[in-house]
Amino acid sequence: MTFDDTPEQAAYRATARTWIADHMPAPIDAADAPIGSTEHLEHMRLWQRAKAEHGYACIAWPAAIGGGGGTPIQQAIFDQEEARAGLSSNYFMTGLKICLPPLLKHGSDAQRARFIAPAVRGDEIWCQLFSEPSNGSDLAAARTRAVRVGDGWRIDGQKVWNSNADRSDFGLLLARTDPDLVKHAGLTMFWIDMRAPGVDVRPLRQMNGGAEFNEVYLDGVMLRDDQRVGDIGEGWAVALTTLANERAALGGGTGPTWRDLLALARLVPSGDSVLADDPVFGQQLAGFYTEAESFRLLGLRMLSKLSRGEQPGPEASAAKLVWSNHVQALSAAAVELTGDYGMIDDPALAPLAAAFQARLMWAPGLRIGGGTDEILRNIIAERVLGLPADARADKGMAFRDIPQGTR
Amino acid sequence: MNVDYDEDVRALMDHARKLLDARGAIDAARRVLETAGDTHATGLWRELGAQGWCGVAIDDAHGGLGMASVALAGLAEELGRSLAPVPFASSIYGFAQAIALAGSETQRAALLPEIASGALIGTLAFTEGPGTPFAAPPTARVERGRLHGTKQPVTDGAIADWAVVLAATADGPGLFVVGLNDPGVTRRSVSTLDPTRPAARLDFADVPVEPVGRTGDGVALAAQILTRYAVPLAFEAIGGADACLEMAVAYTRTRFAFGRPVAGYQAVKHRLADIYVKNEMARSNAYYAAWAADHDPAVFESATAAARIAACEAYWFAAKELIQLHGGIGFTWEMDCHLFYRRARHLSTAAGAPDWWRARLADQLRQVAA
Ligand SMILES: Cc1cc2nc3c(=O)[nH]c(=O)nc-3n(C[C@H](O)[C@H](O)[C@H](O)COP(=O)(O)OP(=O)(O)OC[C@H]3O[C@@H](n4cnc5c(N)ncnc54)[C@H](O)[C@@H]3O)c2cc1C
Repeated sequence: MTFDDTPEQAAYRATARTWIADHMPAPIDAADAPIGSTEHLEHMRLWQRAKAEHGYACIAWPAAIGGGGGTPIQQAIFDQEEARAGLSSNYFMTGLKICLPPLLKHGSDAQRARFIAPAVRGDEIWCQLFSEPSNGSDLAAARTRAVRVGDGWRIDGQKVWNSNADRSDFGLLLARTDPDLVKHAGLTMFWIDMRAPGVDVRPLRQMNGGAEFNEVYLDGVMLRDDQRVGDIGEGWAVALTTLANERAALGGGTGPTWRDLLALARLVPSGDSVLADDPVFGQQLAGFYTEAESFRLLGLRMLSKLSRGEQPGPEASAAKLVWSNHVQALSAAAVELTGDYGMIDDPALAPLAAAFQARLMWAPGLRIGGGTDEILRNIIAERVLGLPADARADKGMAFRDIPQGTR
Repeated sequence: MNVDYDEDVRALMDHARKLLDARGAIDAARRVLETAGDTHATGLWRELGAQGWCGVAIDDAHGGLGMASVALAGLAEELGRSLAPVPFASSIYGFAQAIALAGSETQRAALLPEIASGALIGTLAFTEGPGTPFAAPPTARVERGRLHGTKQPVTDGAIADWAVVLAATADGPGLFVVGLNDPGVTRRSVSTLDPTRPAARLDFADVPVEPVGRTGDGVALAAQILTRYAVPLAFEAIGGADACLEMAVAYTRTRFAFGRPVAGYQAVKHRLADIYVKNEMARSNAYYAAWAADHDPAVFESATAAARIAACEAYWFAAKELIQLHGGIGFTWEMDCHLFYRRARHLSTAAGAPDWWRARLADQLRQVAA
């Protein structure tokens, strides 16, 4: 076992660090281009393109299809160096980490040739059209219908909570092709053009006031059969590829950390000193550090598996579960440490530009999106520990006969 | 022994719940949240005054109903559950109790009747910056009876007529009552995580003040005032936490996943049971504090600390799990879940966060068991 870079990894890291320093986009003013604005997106697109041109985007994918031709370890090293430089490229994450891996695995050669390279360059953005008003955890209960019309398909239904759908070019869509089969068997995956007739994207406001996610209404959207990803009835297998990658991508994301908590505590007076010196705070800090290290290091273990050619396993569920709860607890603690002043969320007044306050209002979403805490625990219990599954009321039933709630 | 609300308090609470429901208190909270510059539900506030509720625990000599602290607690529970956007906490639990505790007879006679009728609004202005209460000495100063300096965040500071301010003096920190409509006062609203309990920054430039209690005892008095303030705040938290529990139960019973209601999964059932248990534990502690406020000074502070710690924890747990148990829809602006999440944070930080109370409680326990 070693946590050190091998000589080759160290060399790769050094090269990547230099390259990032030389090519990094000049910082832009958050006032002119706040995160989420078109200006910010265009700014990050330039960075994505620069990476793609130098083999630093999707490093582990074959160069022939637009990737970097490298290894997962190299990707991780680059990610670390990118984060160190304070850069991230959220707009492209849904496409590159969630929607395109299933295209790589289950798609046709023509689909790979058409879609991978432009997405890697940041020229085209993707969204995930899985959840529906009636079902999120129970993804396989998707009701959106895909009905055969001539050589193609007609899509009717509604999707919801689709991150970035309003700025996406394409969407990966899970639809029901046969309601008479048991629910997992009747699903098929498609890609759709988000500007096609019948696609109506409506931004949905989150509890934090932002509107990153959307409702997507699909009303008689016509698809060619070559918009199908994988075989008819294979939609669930394609979806599972997506979900495994999604959790691997989520556990251990960005945002304020224990370091920021410590920086905050250094600003907060306490007796003759600052809170950072207070032993009770010290206990708290140690707890947060230990937890953060546990998912950082779990990430490295997952990476070691990946580099041996294995798939990200259920560890990803553990990492995401711990990370999202950690984020909520850390930001709640930061607010409490600052007392009633901690309620102030004006970035001009609050310490660290209100980073913790903003995080507190995002945290509940992190525990829900990409698999809720409860679903992740079920996965760990059933797939890792092999425990008996919950009695499933819908087992073996034709989809159309499954009991539905009133909501 | 009868560890429960008395008949008359129950009647008051029933009445309050009906009125707050009928007036759509939670919708009013949402309006305040969504409307820039909107500070409170003015009609509802007038109505609470007309009902006599602002004076429920103010003695009858000063225009109140002279009921026990438990009656105030009962009302607080209803206000907390309904999220009513009114300056009741600042004015009644905070300002009125401060004047009743530390004010002179002249101040009580001058101020309490107007507060009891709801005609005037008061608040507490202790905080200036980040930290636990009183961790840093105040920089606001009183010299020759005039106040200079800044206080923020001051809850309901944009609409209050009076404030009790903690300020430095040559003789040590003191409490002072100040009229906020004085021309030397500048108010600016400050954005917080819970705009339904809006806050302001108050700048004072040469504003006349009157001392409240002995100057030099400011910090000790302010701590006693926070202790009084904390009791009804604990009941607000419990009311809010109970509302969260009811919403979570109602939603999960009708939301289906994998062919059955999600409330039927043990993971969900146990979470709901945990919310219930925390709420009832907090309620027990809170009852003791409300009773002790009038009857047992020796245990009042420790009972209040326990009530506050348990209530803050219960509300935070209930509010965050309320969102969780709703899934994606719980994270939307449209659903009311986040109003409780915001309010739970506000109540946990107003009157000192739980860690500060833990430290105070530990001091008490060391003395008791010395
Ligand atoms: C910030 C954010 C971004 C998102 N982005 C996307 C996106 O880009 N694309 C997309 O398709 N979707 C997206 N989602 C949707 C997300 O995947 C769903 O919200 C999530 O899977 C939960 O589904 P639901 O909302 O239907 O909740 P429900 O499934 O209705 O769950 C309600 C509650 O019941 C619990 N529960 C359900 N089943 C069980 C069980 N068997 N055992 C125990 N408890 C159970 C849940 O854990 C939850 O607490 C996003 C959501 C969020 C919050």
